[in-house]
Amino acid sequence: MNEPLIRVEDLHVWFDLKGGVELHAVRGVSFALERGERFGLVGESGCGKTTTILALMGLLPPNASVAGAVYLDGENILEHGEETVSPHRWKDIAMIFQGAMNAFNPVKTVGKQIVEPMELHEVAEGKEAWKRAGELLETVGISANRTRRYPHEFSGGMRQRAAIAMSLACSPKVLLADEPTTALDVMVQAQILELLVGLSNDFGLSLVLVTHDLPVVAQVCEQAAVMYAGEIMESGTLDGLYHDPRHPYTRLLFAATPDLYGEGEVVSIPGAPPRLDREIPGCPFAPRCDRTFAPCPDVKPRYLVVGPDRHAACHLNDPALAKAS
Amino acid sequence: MSANGDGASPPLLDVESLVMHYPVPRGLVGTLARRPKGVVHAVEGVTFQVREGEMLALVGESGCGKTTTAQSVLRMVDPTSGAIRFRGQDITRLGARELRPLRREIQMIYQDPYESLDPRFRVRDTVEEPLDVHGLAGAKSERRQHILDALVRAGLTPPELYIDRFPHELSGGQRQRVAIAASLVLNPKLLLADEPVSMLDVSVRAGVLHLLDGLRQEGLGILMITHDLSTAAHFANRIAVMYLGRIVEEGPAQEVVTNPQHPYTKALLSVVPKRDPQHRSRPQILQGETPDPTHIPVGCRFHPRCPIAIPECKQVDPELRRTSGSRSPGHRAACIRAW
Amino acid sequence: MSSAFTAAEAPEVTAEARPGFLRTAILGERQAIVGIVVIVAFILIGVIGPFVTGDPKAKVGPVFQPPSGSHLLGLDGGGADMVKLLVNGARVSLLVGFAAAFVSILIGGVVGVLAGFFGGKTDIALMRLTDYFLVIPDVPLMIVAAALFGRSLRNIILIIGIIYWTTTARLLRAQVKSIRERIYVRRARAMGAGNSRLIFRHILPQVAPLVVANTVLLVATAIFAETFITFLGLGDPSAISWGRLIENAFTDDAILNNAWWAIVPPGVCVAIVVLAATMTGAAIEEALNPRLAVGHLSVRRFRMRALPSIGRVEPPATLPPSTGAAGATSGKGTKR
Repeated sequence: MNEPLIRVEDLHVWFDLKGGVELHAVRGVSFALERGERFGLVGESGCGKTTTILALMGLLPPNASVAGAVYLDGENILEHGEETVSPHRWKDIAMIFQGAMNAFNPVKTVGKQIVEPMELHEVAEGKEAWKRAGELLETVGISANRTRRYPHEFSGGMRQRAAIAMSLACSPKVLLADEPTTALDVMVQAQILELLVGLSNDFGLSLVLVTHDLPVVAQVCEQAAVMYAGEIMESGTLDGLYHDPRHPYTRLLFAATPDLYGEGEVVSIPGAPPRLDREIPGCPFAPRCDRTFAPCPDVKPRYLVVGPDRHAACHLNDPALAKAS
Repeated sequence: MSANGDGASPPLLDVESLVMHYPVPRGLVGTLARRPKGVVHAVEGVTFQVREGEMLALVGESGCGKTTTAQSVLRMVDPTSGAIRFRGQDITRLGARELRPLRREIQMIYQDPYESLDPRFRVRDTVEEPLDVHGLAGAKSERRQHILDALVRAGLTPPELYIDRFPHELSGGQRQRVAIAASLVLNPKLLLADEPVSMLDVSVRAGVLHLLDGLRQEGLGILMITHDLSTAAHFANRIAVMYLGRIVEEGPAQEVVTNPQHPYTKALLSVVPKRDPQHRSRPQILQGETPDPTHIPVGCRFHPRCPIAIPECKQVDPELRRTSGSRSPGHRAACIRAW
Repeated sequence: MSSAFTAAEAPEVTAEARPGFLRTAILGERQAIVGIVVIVAFILIGVIGPFVTGDPKAKVGPVFQPPSGSHLLGLDGGGADMVKLLVNGARVSLLVGFAAAFVSILIGGVVGVLAGFFGGKTDIALMRLTDYFLVIPDVPLMIVAAALFGRSLRNIILIIGIIYWTTTARLLRAQVKSIRERIYVRRARAMGAGNSRLIFRHILPQVAPLVVANTVLLVATAIFAETFITFLGLGDPSAISWGRLIENAFTDDAILNNAWWAIVPPGVCVAIVVLAATMTGAAIEEALNPRLAVGHLSVRRFRMRALPSIGRVEPPATLPPSTGAAGATSGKGTKR
């Protein structure tokens, strides 16, 4: 089996906050991304999914500290922090930030904003860069002559496409997309998702889609990981996660999402996620879980292999403990 | 209370041919260049009713006029034309003073729970304010009881735990419930809910939606604005789909979702992501952007993007009518090809 | 029920004016504490001092006597003790500073709030008014006013107040416009609240920290303005302020006499108080706008550290049978 394109191994991120508080935002996250794969990182607000992908790019603020490894094509890009990450930023891994469509510089043309990263990272310059910018716009479904236009002349959906074009400026291998369709209408969302799937199919672009919207991930991604309180609760194929969940949170999250044609009650999960500024002794989901048993509040579940390419962090999967459940 | 009130009494809310036009400011350059004043045709003749014990979902994309419609019903803006009747009374042209007692009966819940509460007010103050405004003061103990009751009704139990908290000590879902409690304390008859759960975490949404459903079962009428068809399908009795200021399809929620009659509805339903990864239907993605309410197409407003448009569609502006394929008398669509 | 501290991503504190905001803003910043302490110290000196010193203008020695053991800052051009003069000067300077700032805030506040809240024609009219006042050159106005209305403390306070209200008006207008659109204000309006309730219960409390920050900065401006008005000879002849002391020193040819102790101390006092007020005001403003504390443009980067002890991925000895261990296999939830 080939080395996956990206392998994240036991990633931890802490934030030093005012008042001497330390927030442990990402708590040992591991996953792998194959070439050309579309991978979903799903979770609710505060689960650490955005911080995780920011860590992959090394785009964390000065009050952050990181442990663990991120292997890109076998090389640990986090080995020496900023030093080893920055050569790969935008050239190998690119990102579309949340609200990217509103983050354009209003006084520069869209073309200029696509050309800039190319020149900065010495991928192309001058006429050639502008030509590439036009081609990139065409790739995302905008006609090339719009490079001379300003962001306010684009609609929301078009700006999001332009943001995608910008992130592809240096031909990265991986695109990290943080809530790329959250603020968009459902029809425009469908267009953008179709674009992302097309880019991954036609150009072999690997995609990590970060979102709270499970159905979007179900439609677009092949593999996904469900995050909660800074940890991955379960990961695997979307089919497996939906039809055979191995973690109560996964099951409940699907159940909490209304489906157009689904029957059955839409549930809510009582309680709230735990504070991340302290140690969590057992399973972080235990207080809200409907299948807790003896070890859950005190013993941290191991992140076990529960099937081919499937992992779950739940005592219910542990053959040693399951007898007691 | 039944979901369809008896035929004799008027519906709780009766909106007829509502029109809302906004002038578009031209700016200095526009004025100097003598450009014609643009008009946003936000709402262009909308007719619907909400009965007691019924939830109607107004569904559509941005710019379709659903929020403006809600603002008009709430009488925060003056309609350009048309009629709004609440419990039989015409409230379309009432002034601020006459509207005041009605403000107890019609309440609105907003999308953003983080901005809905004054950060300097405790929960107690927020829920008490409506009582103050309408002079329903009474003795301190009586007021406190009203507040506690409203909090319980909004699902915040035990209420004593919440009454002295500040908003920043509460989660999004709790804040939204406080906003709902503040609406309930006046005993309204009609609730307008503008995207009540879109800013809440998924695991918390159903709780708030079930709360609204519970209120509906107690007899309140609810007009819910949402872009999320799945939520509408699960919780609303009826769905009205809006496009560019008009209702293009309206009917019982399950009927609209399982047997859509209008091509726009069909396209929308096909692109809504389903949570079952095996249900990857071929989405019918309409090209182009959600159109601009300042330039409404002539004829059927949907024809430029319609996959089944015929030449006649450019000439006829269809009204809502029962279609040949509909299975229920209340299910109507504005499409000449569906009639 | 745990409190809502769940932000795992680098938390961005919203600049909501919660109760206790000012206290946290001031006490949280060392520079603000220093500023406040200094100002309070000077206020105490100004209030209590004059009772201790007696008549400061009394001649107690030769003109321009240098600092000595009995007169720490020497004597001025009239033979009076500099320290006593400074203490009395503090009272007048601070009084004028605070009073003029108060006048400014009052005018600016009313204009700003009304313009921001009502918008439309009211806004346009009030902003025109503000613009007119903004462009009036301050020094010529002061000279003209002093000539027309006489030189008294009251007039100085009024003149300074009338010149400097415009910034406050604009700041408040902008802030009020933004708060007016907040959902909780719209909610209150939609339930039938009247304008006065909206202004006094919802909007003013939110702009209060901004007003305080602005007032503090205005105090600095006003003290400085008083100093140079008096220095120009437009001040109240009977009042001793720091500006007066500097003016006196000049008219008495202190420089020719190398009597630095007659000129420098009052100037230093003004500088210290103005600096202290600026530090405090700036600290409050920064607390109001946390985005001013720029994180991402810092030279420092995130740092790497060692892994905590526990390992993660482990294959179990046998794969557990697929029993739907986590619940119903259909993926649907149970009702709660």
